[in-house]
Amino acid sequence: MHELPVTEDILRIVTDHAQRAGATHIKTIYLVIGDLTSFIDESIQFYFDILSPGTLAAGARLDFRRIPTRFRCRECRHEFTPEGRNWHCPQCGALGGEVIAGKEFFVESIEVE
Amino acid sequence: MSTTQPTTPGRVPVIEKILSANDEVAARNRARLTARGIITINLMSSPGAGKTTLLLATIAALRGQQRIGVIEGDVASQIDADKIAAAETPVVQINTGGECHLDARMVDQALGALPLDELDLLFIENVGNLICPVGFDLGQAYKVGVLSVPEGHDKPYKYPAIFEAVDLVVVTKADLLPYLDFDLATFRQLVAGLNARAPVMPLSAKTGEGLESWLAWLAALPRP
Repeated sequence: MHELPVTEDILRIVTDHAQRAGATHIKTIYLVIGDLTSFIDESIQFYFDILSPGTLAAGARLDFRRIPTRFRCRECRHEFTPEGRNWHCPQCGALGGEVIAGKEFFVESIEVE
Repeated sequence: MSTTQPTTPGRVPVIEKILSANDEVAARNRARLTARGIITINLMSSPGAGKTTLLLATIAALRGQQRIGVIEGDVASQIDADKIAAAETPVVQINTGGECHLDARMVDQALGALPLDELDLLFIENVGNLICPVGFDLGQAYKVGVLSVPEGHDKPYKYPAIFEAVDLVVVTKADLLPYLDFDLATFRQLVAGLNARAPVMPLSAKTGEGLESWLAWLAALPRP
């Protein structure tokens, strides 16, 4: 549900940048989404298909780059990806770590013509 | 479908946070609240975890000491705001009409309906949801996660983002600990694994057990 306002934000951002670049059409929108965020690719695509007709981004392809959650162990500084209920550092066994990736949510670039 | 970032003709770099519009309004809310010396707390939990009950116990305990205001977020109904208003506390109910979280714009509008010059503490009770509220800055100074004992100690595995984002985790309905399989030690380890700064505070707003830790945490917050 909350992908609706978020997709409106994406459209606003990409059309702003496309207009500033003097483009007449956006071909591809490159999005970066961390796995710790609550945003779902299919849901953004769903709202995009509804919202984009009539805009510079009509017919554009959405490219989703997902970023896995990464922990940095607080004991040994080893960086690892937690899997399911295994949050233990594979190097020293400590539980969890500082989250260093997985919260990304931005428009990386657009391909225009 | 990973992409490289070639500088092909027609490729325009953007690098813009998608929630930047919300974040800008949140920053304005924050400036407005801190300028009046108000400490603002965003309370997040599942529906039914006991946020409103915690607030009512807090209002009763701090009456005459702290001037409290409340913004209530729910998909529908005025039920929570009525309870807070019955405790003679300024309150604004936001009905999101289906939206699963509060955003900074809704809070901006609600602030206009509160007597901000007469408040010390503002609680924003977010829509009951462990997922969606996490990404939306409202302009609060602190985020508090509330988890009730019946929900189970494994929730950090299932909903890590909220436990990573908060400054404090309150475990409500602690009077039920003897009757349920909630493993408080494991829960503390999981929260600490994700979040080194958030204390875990079990309490029962119903019996008052543990409430003094929460009140002490609130009292220790520096006034902006």
